[in-house]
Amino acid sequence: MTLEKPFNEDDLLDQQINAGQLQAAGQWAMVWNKFRKHRLAVVALFVVGFIYFVALFAEFLAPYDPGKFDPRYTFAPPQGIGLFVDDGAGGSHFQPHVTGFDIVLNPTSFRREFTPDPSQVIPIGFFVAGQTYKMWGLFETNLHFIGPLDPSQPMFLVGADRLGRDLLSRTIHGTRISMSIGLVGVGLSLLIGMILGGISGYRGGMIDRVIQRVIEFIRSVPTIPLWLGLAAAMPKDWPPLQVYFSILVILSLIGWTEIARVVRGRFLSLRTDDFVIAARLDGVSEFRLIMRHMMPSLYSHIIAAITLAIPNMILAETSLSFLGLGLQPPIVSWGVLLQDTQNLRAITQAPWLFVPGICVVVAVLSLNFLGDGVRDAADPYAK
Amino acid sequence: MTDKPILRVSNLSVDFPMHKSVLHAVKDVSFDLHRGETLCVVGESGSGKSVTARAILQLVAKPGVITSGQINLASESGEIDIVALGNSGPAIRQIRGRRIAMIFQEPMTSLSPVHTIGHQIVETILLHEKISKEEARKRAAALLDRVRIPNPEAALDRYSFEFSGGMRQRAMIAMALSCNPEILIADEPTTALDVTTQAEILSLIRELQRDRGMAVLFITHDMGVVAQIADRVMVMFRGEKVEEANVFDLFARPQQAYTRALLGSVLKLETPAPRPTRPVAETPIAQINDLALHFPLNPGFFGRPTAYLKAIDGISLTINEGETVGVVGESGSGKTTLGRTLLRVYTPTDGQVNYRRGDGTTVDIASLGKAGMKSLYGEVRMIFQDPHSSLNPRMTIYQIISEPLRTNTDMSEHQMMDRVQELLTRVGLPADIGDRYPHAFSGGQRQRISIARAIAVRPRLIIADEPTSALDVSLRHQVLDLMRDLQSEFGLSYLFISHDISVIRYFCDRVAVMKNGRIVEIGDVAQICERPEHEYTRTLISAVPRPDPRLRADAPA
Repeated sequence: MTLEKPFNEDDLLDQQINAGQLQAAGQWAMVWNKFRKHRLAVVALFVVGFIYFVALFAEFLAPYDPGKFDPRYTFAPPQGIGLFVDDGAGGSHFQPHVTGFDIVLNPTSFRREFTPDPSQVIPIGFFVAGQTYKMWGLFETNLHFIGPLDPSQPMFLVGADRLGRDLLSRTIHGTRISMSIGLVGVGLSLLIGMILGGISGYRGGMIDRVIQRVIEFIRSVPTIPLWLGLAAAMPKDWPPLQVYFSILVILSLIGWTEIARVVRGRFLSLRTDDFVIAARLDGVSEFRLIMRHMMPSLYSHIIAAITLAIPNMILAETSLSFLGLGLQPPIVSWGVLLQDTQNLRAITQAPWLFVPGICVVVAVLSLNFLGDGVRDAADPYAK
Repeated sequence: MTDKPILRVSNLSVDFPMHKSVLHAVKDVSFDLHRGETLCVVGESGSGKSVTARAILQLVAKPGVITSGQINLASESGEIDIVALGNSGPAIRQIRGRRIAMIFQEPMTSLSPVHTIGHQIVETILLHEKISKEEARKRAAALLDRVRIPNPEAALDRYSFEFSGGMRQRAMIAMALSCNPEILIADEPTTALDVTTQAEILSLIRELQRDRGMAVLFITHDMGVVAQIADRVMVMFRGEKVEEANVFDLFARPQQAYTRALLGSVLKLETPAPRPTRPVAETPIAQINDLALHFPLNPGFFGRPTAYLKAIDGISLTINEGETVGVVGESGSGKTTLGRTLLRVYTPTDGQVNYRRGDGTTVDIASLGKAGMKSLYGEVRMIFQDPHSSLNPRMTIYQIISEPLRTNTDMSEHQMMDRVQELLTRVGLPADIGDRYPHAFSGGQRQRISIARAIAVRPRLIIADEPTSALDVSLRHQVLDLMRDLQSEFGLSYLFISHDISVIRYFCDRVAVMKNGRIVEIGDVAQICERPEHEYTRTLISAVPRPDPRLRADAPA
């Protein structure tokens, strides 16, 4: 086997540079390439994206205001959507609709019994005019993504709760609160975690030891009783918004420890990396060294830590609210909605009240899968 | 060596499907291996030599696949084609370890840290042979004795981390030999070892081979090792076999251009490079006096250390202006620590480093404050050993090289861009690569980028910490020549740290030999290399394998 032309070192150099062109992509492109290989994470990314989309456009997507109640329809079961309406002359035409109810009050059990009545056709449609609301508190509109053409007619796609409120609308509005608790709560944890973890890892010594012992102490306290205690200390007469923010603070107080540990660990190992020493020997100031040279290596890890911390936040909020110690009505969150499932009657009579629970499971699972994928892709230079 | 070959590899090809393309790691390679001979496969990184070796045992790492070819192993009932056996199942396991054994480059990662050495060897024996545990243990002890591990009975009950690198490699060899294999594949078995240990391991392998009539397939990148151990040599380049010849013929009459270039770059390092003439009256640029760095060990209950690790133990050394002072030593001798202490990466516990600045004033680096050090970072620079870890993977080449300019000068962004282009051209790289990331470049190119960063602010003294040891031979003298040119251009002084005496001889004016944190001998390069006075220096120099097979005992007259 011979080479076509004599070996030449400059040739080799040129070839290597040309070969390098193929992989001259920046680090984010590399992260994305690696992430894409994790199929489950890509699916999870779409699910999470959809959930946040719902949270963002809750008012528009929900057919009704979450507080709108109608005592006639307590525990009304979900209605199926029909597509074709019999026009009475043997033919049928396309008209999306739900079927109305025949309501009978059972005299022995004092319960309303709903039986679908095919003769009551309630036409529904997309982009219909309904209740007026203020989109993002900015402008007033009455446009809803889906709803009955006649706003006074009932439409309960996933059923109604004990006050005759539309569960779909409430779940959609709950999405906003529950998902934002996750996001804002993690944001707050991230701030505390990065600062304390960064100091701990970069400075080392006594400060490191103190911060680590504090983290260990916080993590050793059983979380539920701690939350219970802190939540119980909250005055009952606080306005809902204030309660919302105090719950955030309570959750972040524990959530930051995990992120602080991740950041510290990375800082410890980065501190002795050759390129960090090289930057130090370039005379780079400490601040620039941390922000410009060390932090970029952390971004991807931090994103991974965040994605994995959000589900914890959501679960924490849900459990607190479920126990009645977190958010309080009239704020609607998945946990608040699940309070209605605390009695046997819900299970036997209105199983659809568990729909918010399904939402929690789906959201938490997809965030975990997403976090896994991001974590694996986080360091494109590993291996 | 006249009989039928024990192993015949014909038209072997191994492919690695990559993200968008296919990497042909081994292309259509054929060779024979005979009983009792050592075939060296030599090549630079990426030549496919290791992949070839692993393919023989069906150990090619994912996603690599053997796409074509045959690997025929001679046995009593004719030949077995290893390729046809697949990479799992009892048939291939019968061959692995029992008929063909392999030893790897890094003995630490190939030995389990949670089992004793004895346990691991006994297990290997029991896997392949039906004998009792006591017998197997006896055999293991005999093997350890054979590879000259002192006190073999006791060594059986020790763990791999209790052994030094050389001892671990011996244990690996003992394990590989445990089932009397007919073929031993050694994949760079001495690359991670110090030269003195390397010499011992090489002679051990050679001896064992003679005793047992094994065939050895020895993978290496080091022509010196080839010259010492090979019977026949196969040269590989980018997955292809370039040349195959008897070792004496290959060194005397290389047939192919690549082989000539490879040998040329090795031999070039054998003779000292022409040095710029220096003034007779020497002006010292840095004077190191009794420098010491002790790390406390085992802090007791009240934080009082009971012992110290003396990384640097009283070193005195003078570096003159325009001079290249080499520091040579084996791993653990403290040479890297010395380099880093001079730039205060570590703060010395004792001693002075009197550095004469460009303006004629003298400062003591050992006791300088933060602000004082800051003003020195532009004058004293460092080049690191591993060009992969010393360049921030998340910064572009422009950002990396301009960083010292940003902090040490007040150039505008535009001026810096011009300067970086100028520097890139100076170190022999295209000027327009500033917006690329380091991972797009090979080791040699990265080291050039490192050098560009080091010379960006017109330094006076550069501490070069093994700048060539991560590079292929053909690139080594290129980088050294570049550093040499820069020296004459800017009047630089170098403190050149290396474990490789040939690089030191090629590049340095004076050399200090370090052992256990102390300098055992210091003097002119020629004098140290030819007439070493200290016992340790003599061992060190004689252990370096010379790329000349005629120096061997069994060389034909």
